[in-house]
Amino acid sequence: MEFSFDLNTIWFILIGVLLAVYGVLDGFDLGVGALHLLTKSDEHRRLQINSIGPVWDGNEVWLVTGGGALFAAFPDVYATAFSGFYIPFMLLLFMLIFRAVSIEVRSKHESTRWRNNWDRAFSISSILIAILIGVAIGNVTLGVPIDQNKQFFGNLLSMLNPYSLLIGVTALAIFMMHGAIYLVMKTEGVLQKIAKSWVNNTIIFFVVSYVSATMATLIYIPHMVEPFRAHPEFFALALLNMLAIANIPREISHGREFRAFLSSSAAILSLMALFAIGLFPNFLISSINPAYSLNIYNAASSERTLGIMLTMAAVGIPFVLAYTFGIYRVFRGKVRLDKMSY
Amino acid sequence: MTTELWARLQFAFTVSFHYIFPPLSIGLGLILVIMEGLFIKTGKKMYEVMTKFWVKIFALTFAMGVATGIVMEFEFGTNWAVYSRFVGDIFGSALAAEGIFAFFLESGFLAILLFGWNKVSPRMHFFSTIMVSFGSMLSAVWIVVANSWQQTPAGYHLVTSDGVTRAEITDFREMVFNPSSVERISHVLGGAFLAGAFLVISVSAYYLVKNRHKEIAGSGLKIGLVMALFASLFQLFTGHSSATGVAENQPTKLAAMEAVYDSSAAADLYAFGWVDEENKTVHGLPIPGLLSFLVHGDSKAPIKGLDAFPKDVHPPVQLTFQTYHLMVAIGFALIAIALVSLFLFRGGRVYNAKGWLKLLVVAVLLPQISNQVGWYTAEIGRQPWIVYGMLKTSEAFSKTVTSGHIVFSLVLFAIIYASLFLVFIYLLDKKIKNGPEDETPPADVYSEQRLTV
Repeated sequence: MEFSFDLNTIWFILIGVLLAVYGVLDGFDLGVGALHLLTKSDEHRRLQINSIGPVWDGNEVWLVTGGGALFAAFPDVYATAFSGFYIPFMLLLFMLIFRAVSIEVRSKHESTRWRNNWDRAFSISSILIAILIGVAIGNVTLGVPIDQNKQFFGNLLSMLNPYSLLIGVTALAIFMMHGAIYLVMKTEGVLQKIAKSWVNNTIIFFVVSYVSATMATLIYIPHMVEPFRAHPEFFALALLNMLAIANIPREISHGREFRAFLSSSAAILSLMALFAIGLFPNFLISSINPAYSLNIYNAASSERTLGIMLTMAAVGIPFVLAYTFGIYRVFRGKVRLDKMSY
Repeated sequence: MTTELWARLQFAFTVSFHYIFPPLSIGLGLILVIMEGLFIKTGKKMYEVMTKFWVKIFALTFAMGVATGIVMEFEFGTNWAVYSRFVGDIFGSALAAEGIFAFFLESGFLAILLFGWNKVSPRMHFFSTIMVSFGSMLSAVWIVVANSWQQTPAGYHLVTSDGVTRAEITDFREMVFNPSSVERISHVLGGAFLAGAFLVISVSAYYLVKNRHKEIAGSGLKIGLVMALFASLFQLFTGHSSATGVAENQPTKLAAMEAVYDSSAAADLYAFGWVDEENKTVHGLPIPGLLSFLVHGDSKAPIKGLDAFPKDVHPPVQLTFQTYHLMVAIGFALIAIALVSLFLFRGGRVYNAKGWLKLLVVAVLLPQISNQVGWYTAEIGRQPWIVYGMLKTSEAFSKTVTSGHIVFSLVLFAIIYASLFLVFIYLLDKKIKNGPEDETPPADVYSEQRLTV
């Protein structure tokens, strides 16, 4: 399809940006959650939770707003994907509920049993959310059986295919790596030492799963590779991704944790960009007939609405960025526990 | 049961449960602004302790609201795919606006409100509290705009392509300010203020019954009651203008609210009653001509009754009638409770009126019930339409999702929400029993005199 920089393309990019920023921001707090049970003492666990305490909720808003923007700009994609992936979406919702509640209530009661149980809920839900996100990306990459009425229904077992599971594991790995780096940045002393060891292990975990996932994509999913054959310059992104990953251990060993964090953020962003380029201009590829695929034109809202929404985004997003930066600044530095902590 | 009914049941259950929390956050948010404002203005330690106590309760209700709210955001797509395609151009924009303008604001400044006490100046903290409160109201504004458009669509046209019809925006302003937006937003906010005010009233009354934290409780009670009085009187006006709007724009809903069957005569307003749907009459206590008077300013003017509409567009009359009347009855009860309590404040009698205080403790349930049944009136009264006059609920659900799938998710929702509710009540109860952390001497040191106002 011919590329033209119109409102539909802009909204494809904007939704991509919302979800990519969600990946970077909620990515680290999901990662912290996935690593949570690896420490045993209550103090360490409280530090871990409080390192994400003030921000996890705002991070999740990127997903909610991404969902809202998808509904508004591409209602057919929203309707088809959410009803088609019904069971996985319900599971995702349940996990999001568990996670929010466990963070909130975990430290509100002194009992060890209470805390251990909520710690488990927090960690398991974080792990499952990360995997479900990856599985969703995997299935979107593979394509789904959309019919001429823009409908499909994917049962859970067919969605848990090997390729999608591999992407799920890769998502978990990159979030764990990202979360470990975040913890190195936010902690000190013993806990920081522990977190540093996690960084090394999770990098290995990520690189192994990323390489396998890339090979599987190259071999089995030709339509994702097509855009890169046509525009070899996009390979720069894949290279950037590898360089960013390679940079992480270097920065950590020099004690430049923030730069390491920026590197892993860049890795997540470049992966999302690769995924978006492979998909463009489609959102959902039909495995029955390419003509049934939902793309940025046949699934979009009216031109007028896309324009109105762009105005809203132009007014709202600068404010969002301003206070997001402001809040991260207020809570910069090492996390400490006080009376109002979780 | 059909797929449609299961989908409706799941939506009703998840949205009802969700709606326990946002009104509490909105109401408490405003109260926090008042309390912290008093602290900034007077510098009194008591107000700081009070604010910090209520911030903890606020955090709990807010977290529950967020956790159950994400479900709502996605449930349109999962269970109401046809509806989502039909309204996405319009409803989706309002939802996206809620995310961009309200959710980021709330969640961002919430971080400072909860954890920023020692990180920013008191003024900056106060500003954050105001922003959280403002954000929570803004969120209500956008979601009620979206819902109001479903009730009284405006600023749109219908477009058909490939045999599928959908609504598209023609005028954004007209869409946002559709005929029922302003009244319904005010009415929803008023209900939220009542929910928050009565929570503060209830907890404060509980402390007074138990002779604990008398200074903070007395002051909290007063703040809550003043707000309750204003909000409950405000509801009279917003309720009235909502109802006249319904009469004009959604005549079938109004007819069901008062069970008006006969279009030729003046309509009575029932204080209470039971609808005999078969014989099209109401057994109860009518106030002759009052409905006609309230709608038209003339007690003899006829009201469009259900007989003017084909049977297949009648909403369920009994349910609409009962939920509506319960809401109104509670509304009047809340005005009375606020008035009597404030009257008892004179001379400090309220501190010894243990019986009355106990009533105030349980009165927290009243605004919760009226908020719920008020929404039931609005949503059941709109049936059989999901978008009034345009799309029927029976056509709007996801065709690919089967009853079995919905039963699976609904059962899980029921289990999870029931346990969440228990956890919420347990922690709320624990926080209330722990009380504000005042380092003041025990209660018996205070004489009743010092507390009277």
